[in-house]
This record gives sequence, C-alpha cells and structure tokens, in this order.
Amino acid sequence: MQKRISTLPFHDTPEQAQKLEEVIAGLQGQAGAVMPALHQAQDIYGYLPMEVQKKIADGLGVSLEEVYGVSTFYSQFSLTPKGRNHISVCLGTACYVKGSDKVLDRIVEKLHIQPEECTEDGLFSLTACRCIGACGLAPVMMINEDVYGRLAPEDVDGILEKYAE
Amino acid sequence: MFRSNVLVCGGTGCTSSNSEQIIEKLNEEIKAQGLDKEVNVIRTGCFGLCALGPIMVVYPEGAFYSRVTPEDVPEIVSEHLLKGRIVTRLLYQETVVDENTTKSLNETTFYAKQMRIALRNCGVINPELIDEYIAQDGYAALGKVLTEMTPQQVIDTMLASGLRGRGGAGFPTGLKWKFAAANQADQKYACCNADEGDPGAFMDRSVLEGDPHSVLEAMAIAGYAIGASQGYIYIRAEYPIAVKRLQIAINQAREYGLLGKNIFDSGFDFDIDIRLGAGAFVCGEETALMTSIEGKRGEPRVRPPFPALKGLFGKPTVLNNVETYANIPQIILKGADWFKSIGTEKSPGTKVFALGGKITNTGLVEVPMGTTLREVVEDIGGGVPGGHTFKAAQTGGPSGGCIPASLIDTPIDYDNLIAIGSMMGSGGLIVMDETTCMVDIAKFFLEFTVDESCGKCTPCRVGTKRLLEILDKITSGKGTLEDIDKLEELCYYIKENSLCGLGQTAPNPVLSTLKYFRDEYVAHVTEHRCPAGACKALTNFHIEADKCKGCTLCARNCPVGAISGKVKEPHVIDTSKCIKCGVCMEKCKFQAVVKK
Repeated sequence: MQKRISTLPFHDTPEQAQKLEEVIAGLQGQAGAVMPALHQAQDIYGYLPMEVQKKIADGLGVSLEEVYGVSTFYSQFSLTPKGRNHISVCLGTACYVKGSDKVLDRIVEKLHIQPEECTEDGLFSLTACRCIGACGLAPVMMINEDVYGRLAPEDVDGILEKYAE
Repeated sequence: MFRSNVLVCGGTGCTSSNSEQIIEKLNEEIKAQGLDKEVNVIRTGCFGLCALGPIMVVYPEGAFYSRVTPEDVPEIVSEHLLKGRIVTRLLYQETVVDENTTKSLNETTFYAKQMRIALRNCGVINPELIDEYIAQDGYAALGKVLTEMTPQQVIDTMLASGLRGRGGAGFPTGLKWKFAAANQADQKYACCNADEGDPGAFMDRSVLEGDPHSVLEAMAIAGYAIGASQGYIYIRAEYPIAVKRLQIAINQAREYGLLGKNIFDSGFDFDIDIRLGAGAFVCGEETALMTSIEGKRGEPRVRPPFPALKGLFGKPTVLNNVETYANIPQIILKGADWFKSIGTEKSPGTKVFALGGKITNTGLVEVPMGTTLREVVEDIGGGVPGGHTFKAAQTGGPSGGCIPASLIDTPIDYDNLIAIGSMMGSGGLIVMDETTCMVDIAKFFLEFTVDESCGKCTPCRVGTKRLLEILDKITSGKGTLEDIDKLEELCYYIKENSLCGLGQTAPNPVLSTLKYFRDEYVAHVTEHRCPAGACKALTNFHIEADKCKGCTLCARNCPVGAISGKVKEPHVIDTSKCIKCGVCMEKCKFQAVVKK
C-alpha cells in the first residue's frame, strides 16, 4: 500500500509526549525494539508523524532511515491521522468480485477524499483494506468497529449519515 | 448437567452480523424464563456455513437455526427451549424435510461430502475452555508422544503420513522436521505461520478462533521432535478475536502444565509466545516472517541456508502453517496409515477451502484431497446464484490462477492444480460468473502484488509494476496485440528471476487467464470490447428502443442527467455525459438498458 505522508501540522499534548518518552525508555537497549515502539506510539498518537518517528530514532539510537523503513513497510502503520470515524472498505477478492470497488467509488465521490486520506473536518478517514475475513457477507466495509455486509453502493449515503454528527 | 445446549457461532463472520448481541439476548431470555440451570449457552468457533450466519444450533435435537436475529431469540427460547417445539421457520431450510421432521446437518448437501479433521472441533467446543478441548481427546497426542515415543518415531510417523504443508507450497512436513532435527544447536525454534494474507482465505483464522489448543498441542509435538524449547506464533494483527483466544489458550495450557517446564513429567520444556504482524503480505514467506519476528522490515532472504539450518535468530527453525498443525494431533492418535487412507496418493488427508465470490454457500469447507472442483462448487457450494453461469474458479490467491469451467472435473490436489497452471495456495476458492472479466481479475491481483512487493529484488519490484501498466492499457482499450506477447514474456522472466515465492508466483494470475481466456484479452485489444461488461472504459450503456416503455425511472435516477426522453417514448443515453455507474440498468424494470 502506498503511504501518504501527512502535511497537517503536528501537535501533541504534554501527556502524549511523556507517554512516548516512557515507551522509548522502556525499550532502550532491546534488540528489535523499533516495531513494538511504533505499535505503541501509534496507540498514543493515532498515527505516526515524522516528529514522533524522529524521537523514536533518537531515543533508540537507530537512524531515522531505519525507523522510517519499518513504518512504511507495514500497512498497519499510518503516517496520516485517522478521522473520528475510520472507514475501511474491503477490496479482498471475494468482496471485489461482488462489487466492493463500486462501494468504494461511492464513498470517494461522497466524501471527496481518496483512500489513505482524511476529510478536512476530521470526521472521516478512508482506507481500502485487504480481506477482513467476513467473506460470507461480501461486499463488506467497516466503520470503526461496526461491520456492514451485503452492501450496495446505494447503501453508502444512509450509512455515512449515521456518523455525520 | 444441562438439559439443553445452545451453540452460537462466535467466529468473525457471525460476530460481524451480531452474534454477540444474540448471545446476550439469549442469556437474558433464558434467565427470564428461569431456565438458566437447565440450558447452557456456548460460544463456539466457526460452523463453516458463513453465508447463513449468524448460526445457532440447539442440542440434543441438533436444530440448526440460520440467519438468526436478536428479535428471533425470545421465540426460540419460549417455543423451543421452554416448550420443546422447534421453530421450523427459522431453521436452515435444507434441514427441514416436512413440518414435523428435520434431518441432521450431516445429511445436508453442504456437510455430507465434507470430512473434518483440521476443523473437527470448530463449531463443536467452546474455544475458551481447555477442558472442552481435553474432553475431545485434546493433549492426548502430546501425552502419547512424550511418554511413548522417541523424537525419531514422531518424525517417522510424520514422514509416513505424507502430510504436506497446507500453507500453499505443499512441502512434506515430516521432511522439514527431519532436517531441523538433524542440525545441532543450543537453541531451536518451532514456529507457526498464522499470517494468513491471501485475500479470501480465512481457514487459519477459523481454526485459531474455534480450536486454538490443537495448534498449541501440535507445536509442542514439533518442538519435541526437533528438540526446540520455544515456539512463536506469528499472527496478523487484523485478527483480534483469534489473537485474544490464542492468548487465553496459551495461559490455560500453562496453568495445566501442558506448556512450560517438564511437561507430563517427561523432562521436556516448551513454551509459546505470540508475535503480531503489522500488515505485510510478504511476511507469509518463511524467511520474511522470521525477519519480521526479529523486529525488522519483513524482507525475504536468499535460501539456502534454509530455516531448518539457519532460521529465526540464526537458529534451526521449523515453520508450519496453522492448518498443517491442526492435522497433527489426529495423525499421532490415529496413525499414519489412517491419514494415508484419506485423499490421494501424493496428497493425503483433507484440505480446507474458503468458498467465496459468486457462490450460494459462501463459507468454510473441508473435503478429502481429490474431490473434484465440481463437487465443491456445485454440490457443497450450491452452485452460482442468480441464474448466472460458472465461468472460473480462482485458487491460490495472488499466487494462483483461474481454473476454467472446462476443467471443473479436475480432482483437487497439489499436483493437479499446478499442472493446470494454478496452485493450492492456502485454500481460498473464489467463484466467478460470466459478469467477471478475466483481464480485470488479473489486473486486480497485480495491483495487490505491486502494493505488497517488498521491493528488495528488481524482477518483482519493477516487473510487476510493468505488468500492471500493460494490463491497465489493455483494460482501458489502448492495448495492442504486441502488448499481450510482451505481457507473457515478462511473466516468465519475473517467475524465473525473483528472489522469493511472492515474485515467483506473482505472474500466475496473468499466465493462467492468458492460457484459458486469451480470447478475452484479444477482444479488449482488437475490438475494444470487454466481453464480460466489467471494464468501465470499454463499456457503454444503451437503451433498447423496442423494450423501453418510457417510464422515466432511469432518467429520474441518473445522477448526472445523461438520460433524456419524453414520457411513454423510448429514452436515450448521452454517452458523453454518462459516468457508467449502472444505476439505470439496475432500476429498469423492463431490461431495456444493456451494456455494449
């Protein structure tokens, strides 16, 4: 999955900064600490801004290149912030054959964002994900923890409205 | 003892359609009716028939309720559980003979041809209780191995059984163990590959969700056979339910002394830890997986040395897939001869397939090797729904190929699938009908591979990108016949020169569709036409004047106002405005809108 790098300005709270420091301190000196550090940093910030990756690199005594290499390698690590409501449309084979690309098109059209982007108001973010394993319900999308199955493109508008507050 | 047991599927498929709420509601209603001492509610793993989820089975009657909603629960409790009257209306209709008689699940076409070894406990036991696993002969195989067998005898049994790796490549499991056992080292590892990345395959997840202990037990057996004291399960972070149940299972096994120090007083130590993936398809490749466990970019490396000599942290390692492990306790208990008697000579045993796409019974099935594709698709899968016709089945995910309708009588095993240009892969089986464009499907898989190529070797990184560009050109109507030849040549080049299995198999979707559906490629190029009507750039919507009644429904629903016409007169589509969304075709009640 091609990574998009956030151009939004980076803000963090003192609490977040302190938590990150604790995570880094706890992992210093361990072999293979970059991945767990990134996992935990993403839990704190919701995504991995370059500023955070720089802190991890400095704290663990590895190059930023190495941290950036790992964070861009794995699709679970996000370099863009997530919206308050995160939409994942499954483009696994079973869903694709049943037309999930058309569901995705409808969302893109409706929200004016591409996959891996977030709406300006921060309400929705979108990804096209791999199989979530609910192939029996294809085509499927997830909004936060809710799964919507057996979808048609027409269903999209009504579902998005539920989250539009 | 409970008078009645209610089993509710807690697999990911059914959980996605609200089975948790059903369980909650069941418990409430049962309590309200004062039945909580008589009726037991059990959350199980996957039953396999995901198309009909959420699924609920009531024993002792074996009544199989399908597509249950929370609103149905009070009726099931008051009628069936309280008064003993089965709610026929809500049963899986295949099990209903007439108003008063039902047949057992094993007599339905979906289950009759199945044989469950890897899935034997899925949908039968509560995966969060080790006692239920033990009651099904769980950990008896580990006991037998540790108290009655030498490591060499275990390896000999595995070799004799002929079990081959269920992750896709089909390498003999016993041989892997033999090599790892022969290498001396201060530390060895027995690992489990649960990084199930093929889109459309979910058998490993179902085993881990429905029967996690079978994998733990088998890993301990592998550890004993090769002399390893530590195991790792590398699992996708996208499978939260499986991760949770696995962790519960590991904790319970440790508590019972079935993992840890001195298991069964035999002096054998073995423990297991979980490592989470972070979403990289290439990490299903064994060397990449081990690099990822070490916390790095999950890039594969050159073999040899094979993991049996230098694997995780440079130590001898065996890595087997989840489904492979799930077979092992049964082989130990019932013997290699029993296992060899199932399936075909070169591919003994069973295989689990995840049926998906254009098929009636989507879900998980386990059949003996050698079952024909026709039996799987038509008998078990219930055929293609909606009056459409079977066009092809895709197996092996992005590494596999498409099997055309003309080869539907092929008995499925490792060697037959490779001979016809596909492969077993992890067992995803996606059915396609005449509305699926094979060039588009090849493009779909190449998009996947381009995304997931780790970038280490050039044939895969650059080659797959070039393949995709050519496919893009063809599906948008700009291709030439020369492009098709170039496509084929490039495929062979990538296959021969890529570093790991991902690149070596990435061209398979293109090659197999070229082999069986070349005419479709040619139609895209020479006639600028998509025979399946799937490629947007090559499809135009058209209203047939003699069928159009002028009802205006299409014009009113067109999002871009591309349709014009007077009431009760044939309408026309302005193709320069049309965005090819297909709404008009869906809305038309007279089938007057066609794709051309």
